[in-house]
Amino acid sequence: MSNSLKAENGSILLEQQLAWDRLLIWRRILGHRGLVLGGCILLGIMGLAFLAPWIAPHDPYAQDLERRLVPPFWHAQGNWTHPLGTDGLGRDYLSRLIYGARISLLIGISTVSISALIGSFLGILAGYFGGRVDWAVSFMIMVRLAMPVILVALAVVALVGGSLQVVILVLGFLLWDRFAVVMRASTQLVRSADYIRAAQAAGASTLRILATEILPNVLGQLVVVITLEMARAILLEAALSFLGLGVQPPLPSWGLMVSEGKEFMLFTPWVITIPGVALFMLVLAINLVGDGIRDITAPETRT
Amino acid sequence: MLSYILRRLALALAVAFTVSVVSFMLLRLSGDPAAALAGESASAQDIEFVRKKYGLDRPLLIQYAQWASRALQGDFGESAFFKKEVREILSDRIWVTLGLGGMALCFAVVVAIPLGVAAAMKPNSWLDRLALTIAVFGQAMPSFWFGLVLIILFGVTLRWFPISGSDTLAHMLMPAVALGYYATPAIMRLTRAGMLEVLASDYIRTARAKGLRPGAVLFKHGLRNAIIPVVSLASVQFGFMLGGSVVIETVFAIQGVGFLAWESIKRSDLPVVQAIVLMLSTIYVLLNLLADVLNGVLDPRIRVH
Repeated sequence: MSNSLKAENGSILLEQQLAWDRLLIWRRILGHRGLVLGGCILLGIMGLAFLAPWIAPHDPYAQDLERRLVPPFWHAQGNWTHPLGTDGLGRDYLSRLIYGARISLLIGISTVSISALIGSFLGILAGYFGGRVDWAVSFMIMVRLAMPVILVALAVVALVGGSLQVVILVLGFLLWDRFAVVMRASTQLVRSADYIRAAQAAGASTLRILATEILPNVLGQLVVVITLEMARAILLEAALSFLGLGVQPPLPSWGLMVSEGKEFMLFTPWVITIPGVALFMLVLAINLVGDGIRDITAPETRT
Repeated sequence: MLSYILRRLALALAVAFTVSVVSFMLLRLSGDPAAALAGESASAQDIEFVRKKYGLDRPLLIQYAQWASRALQGDFGESAFFKKEVREILSDRIWVTLGLGGMALCFAVVVAIPLGVAAAMKPNSWLDRLALTIAVFGQAMPSFWFGLVLIILFGVTLRWFPISGSDTLAHMLMPAVALGYYATPAIMRLTRAGMLEVLASDYIRTARAKGLRPGAVLFKHGLRNAIIPVVSLASVQFGFMLGGSVVIETVFAIQGVGFLAWESIKRSDLPVVQAIVLMLSTIYVLLNLLADVLNGVLDPRIRVH
């Protein structure tokens, strides 16, 4: 009787403790200015991208050659029909910007899904097994780092033909290096921990240990790298599209918008400032979220 | 020390060799190089002719062996566009790109190291926060866009610098800043972290306790130790910058290797593209080797490892 009471008390205490911990984590998250700011911007952009068909004022592909290069609303000649003006083909800039968010986010998420899978797989194997596996993976990382990313991506996209899928695949298979480096290091750290040895002694299979003991403990690091690499992929896609060897017109990629605006930029600078600022905000937001998660999960690694 | 250098050298050679194989195969397998070279309006016969002429009908491994053995002697074949030796074309242009990269690295180091040191001297001060903000903002700016903004601001509106070309030092200033700022955050963060760690160490406390001047403690004992990892990061960043020169040289129309690479990719001039990929990755591998050796010299602990 008293035993069960104690156990009940214990579980209530545990629950209280957990609730308290959760509250503390939320306080830490909300107390982190960078994380809150980045999270808000990111959620805002994601919302715009998701709701694009409902909030975009015009069809992003509809050309109107009589209304080319209309300036944005803050300009003397601007008007509210086209709040951010129009581009060189008379397409509504705000609508293209909103649809462009979809491309950047899609590139970031898909690329990182591929590269995180490749890189974490290699990194965890290298960190857990060490020895020859580690040597082989480290060699692969060195080779990958020695290849100039932009150049190789440009050449492959040019040969295969530019499209959204090709850009995602090429970047996904090129950007796994940081995942491998970080996952290798953090796996090495937890490999010799007591709970791993306990699992080994209990006869758990290697696969089981990797999946249920190692992976959850390196997840915090993984999330941080995911944000960093997502930002990198978005910037690279923009650069490739800017150079004409990425996403192809008429898709409203932000990099492509800068590229198309380049010929008018001396007289109508907003055609490149607007998509550039959008790119900057998105990447900044993702980086802020990443830095924030790192500060909260592992404050001691902040540099 | 010698065995350390030899081991590193062997590794560097192995990496360079593997990169050359991978990039060769990647470029050959991504599409039909003969069709790309022949152009869009070429007939099937034209494509076959080009395939024979450039030896693209032979097995891939033999193609690679031929290309690599010639490349080792500095012969990268003939450019399909210029009808000139690739080596000749590159030998003019590589200096422009190396110069641009060097200036960019100078800019990055000159901005990043003082900021990093200052930030580490007073953690969480306004200066530290400013440095961190610069780092976060710098990492988020697309380099091609930053280059264009510089052109509008300083080239067109203020007319301080020429907006394109590579004739004089003034031409290179804006591109160097656009290329270099991207390396600034990483170098600054590492300098700051290194200085924080070193300043908390026992020998700094001892040096201070001996009554050494704060400046001497900071620079002779502090920075000299904190700078070791920064040196290797800087050389790696230099390698990345050579890759990034593709974007910046295109924005500013600088006649270097990067601009040439972009133009050659667009005209499917495969021999030139292959030579540039090999050259940039070799330079990167050499820089890494240099950094490793330099680290071994500066920090004896690394050699044993």
